[in-house]
Amino acid sequence: MISYRHILAIVRKELLQLRRDRLTFGMIVMIPLIQLVLFGYAINTEVRHIPAAVVDQSDTGLSRALIQMVEATQVVRFEHHFATIEEAERAIVRAEVRAALIIPRDVAQRLVRNPAVTGRFPQGAQDTTSRPVAQWIADGSDTLVAAAIRALRRMPLGELFREATNTPTPTFEVTLFYNPEQRTVVNIVPGLVGIILTMTMIMFTAAAIVREHERGNIEMLITTPIRPLELMIGKIIPFVGIGLIQVAIILGLGWAVFSVTIAGSLWTLLVVTLLFILASLSLGLVISTFARNQLQAMQMTVFVLLPSILLSGFMFPYEGMPEGAQILANTLPATHFMQIIRGVVLRDADLADIAPDAIWLLGFSILGLAVASLRFRKKLD
Amino acid sequence: MSDIVAETVGLTRTFGTKTAVDNVDLKITKGSVYGLLGPNGSGKTTAMRMLTGLLKPSGGHAVVLGTRLPGNAEPLKRRIGYMTQGFTHYRDLTVLENLRFVADIHDLSAQDKHRRIDELLETYDLREQAHTLAGEMSGGQRQRLALAATILHRPELLFLDEPTSAVDPESRRSFWEQLFDLVEGGTTMIVSTHLMDEAERCHRIAILDRGRKRADGVPRELMERIAGRVIEVSGPDLRPVSRKLTAGPGILSVAQIGARLRVLVSDGTDDPRGAVDALVRGFADTTTQPTRPNLEDVFVLATRDQGA
Ligand SMILES: Nc1ncnc2c1ncn2[C@@H]1O[C@H](COP(=O)(O)OP(=O)(O)OP(=O)(O)O)[C@@H](O)[C@H]1O
Ligand SMILES: [Mg+2]
Repeated sequence: MISYRHILAIVRKELLQLRRDRLTFGMIVMIPLIQLVLFGYAINTEVRHIPAAVVDQSDTGLSRALIQMVEATQVVRFEHHFATIEEAERAIVRAEVRAALIIPRDVAQRLVRNPAVTGRFPQGAQDTTSRPVAQWIADGSDTLVAAAIRALRRMPLGELFREATNTPTPTFEVTLFYNPEQRTVVNIVPGLVGIILTMTMIMFTAAAIVREHERGNIEMLITTPIRPLELMIGKIIPFVGIGLIQVAIILGLGWAVFSVTIAGSLWTLLVVTLLFILASLSLGLVISTFARNQLQAMQMTVFVLLPSILLSGFMFPYEGMPEGAQILANTLPATHFMQIIRGVVLRDADLADIAPDAIWLLGFSILGLAVASLRFRKKLD
Repeated sequence: MSDIVAETVGLTRTFGTKTAVDNVDLKITKGSVYGLLGPNGSGKTTAMRMLTGLLKPSGGHAVVLGTRLPGNAEPLKRRIGYMTQGFTHYRDLTVLENLRFVADIHDLSAQDKHRRIDELLETYDLREQAHTLAGEMSGGQRQRLALAATILHRPELLFLDEPTSAVDPESRRSFWEQLFDLVEGGTTMIVSTHLMDEAERCHRIAILDRGRKRADGVPRELMERIAGRVIEVSGPDLRPVSRKLTAGPGILSVAQIGARLRVLVSDGTDDPRGAVDALVRGFADTTTQPTRPNLEDVFVLATRDQGA
């Protein structure tokens, strides 16, 4: 019932139009390029060089040595010295610094009793009188910054007295598979494939159909014998190719610039990527049957894109989300793809490992295509 | 009768509370040019969209080439051609690319496609523009492309919605020549227009106004049967004359055409010329002259009768 000739005619027309649409053509290449560089360099969950202030009330050689030691951790960088705590607080309000270290006048006495220096944990009555060496006040609104400052609480201080640090034996030994250097970018690059495809695939297809409405071409199209399904298929085929080009750009650049290698087989990668592209395209088609103009299509794309970025596991681990959010996340193709692509690229997962998510994506694509074809009626009203 | 290609019975379409097409009956015979004459917003486009299956009628029905509408319009789409009011082919494709696209969608065989496109480029004088983007052509060239694309699959019945609105009088003449060539080949066409001279070229017309059919028939007969007389008034200062006439008894309409006033007098007036003469008596150098009614007079009369 489907005419390949009709589909081919639509595909050919789309490609001709695309070739003349320099802006869209440029976006196909520039979006993955720019996003990859931005995300790859900018997103870093490991926090370093937080601007901080110091209020040194003791102003001794010891306190200055302490400041140097804290700075040597690279977690903070002291940019200001203030005389009073009030000044430091105001600097935090003005966001000049995110945290301030307050070293009390009696820092020397506190230090000698501190377990971080003595290497002993409080045991006797005399030890319980030990107080913290100094105090941090920090802007807690950003939890990552706050966590980095908190991590400084147990900083060993033995070096201060040129003693070998007496670090306690760890409870657990941890061996990290995949990404042993803990580089954020290793997780970001494959995830970015999902985010960029979500954005471009949904947006381009939705716009491609809505444009026919906006320019009135639809009135001509529906007086021809073309069938809705032929139109839908013809519209998405060129974008399948475009999606694959984008994936190649992201993974290729990820490998060349960020040394993220692909652990799994390229064939598995191709299959799962195709599935995700199809799912995104069919979602774009469904959107196109609701949107009246390209602006609406864009808004609906963003409506899907934001949860795809935030809930899919791209930014935050899926496992850490509350159950409600997980249920919502599971309705997004990006969530399923995020599991798959990280599996294939980083952990060498094969088709059998990722089958449930892959089947979900396939079902989503078929459903989307069916809904879009049914909703697209050859009528103007 | 088998030579009726399209017929509507009580065809009605509403948009919310607005009735765009109101209980319209039409009969279009094979091999004729049928004109839908009406001003902006009179429902011409809406009527055509219903006849081509693009819009569902809110009431009444139509039978087009034996297919009853509302109903499955899909088989009809291979037998009709619809040239929309605006240009709805692709502005970012060239003439040739547009024609090839239409040929593929209409399943012309490879050989036929090639021959047919060649023939159309020749007939519609588009060969030089074959590789020009449709969006970069003049209004007249684009109109010819639209016609070529619309008739590419050799439809039996052609719908043309204000086909000459974007072209100059010279191109309009040759465009109509081409339409009559098609009629000679056996095509029936339904053409909408708001131009009187264009309506006069049609075999039959229906006058539409605010969604209603006000009159229909052969243009010549409509002009002859008109229920009014036309008197032309000429003189040096026509504005005050016009104001006086408009208020006069039995005067249906007054329109200034260049240096003359065209006065439509009701059929009920015994001596139309005498009545006009009496009204213009006080004005210096003003003369009157009876003249033949034209389609515009028919239109004014038809839309005035039920309009009030
Ligand atoms: N999709 C629509 N929704 C709401 N109202 C509509 C719609 N299409 C047409 N109309 C209304 O129906 C009436 C008839 O419109 P139509 O386009 O059929 O007139 P037309 O005779 O083709 O006018 P024109 O000469 O300007 O092309 C108009 O008042 C118009 O506002
Ligand atoms: Mg119209």
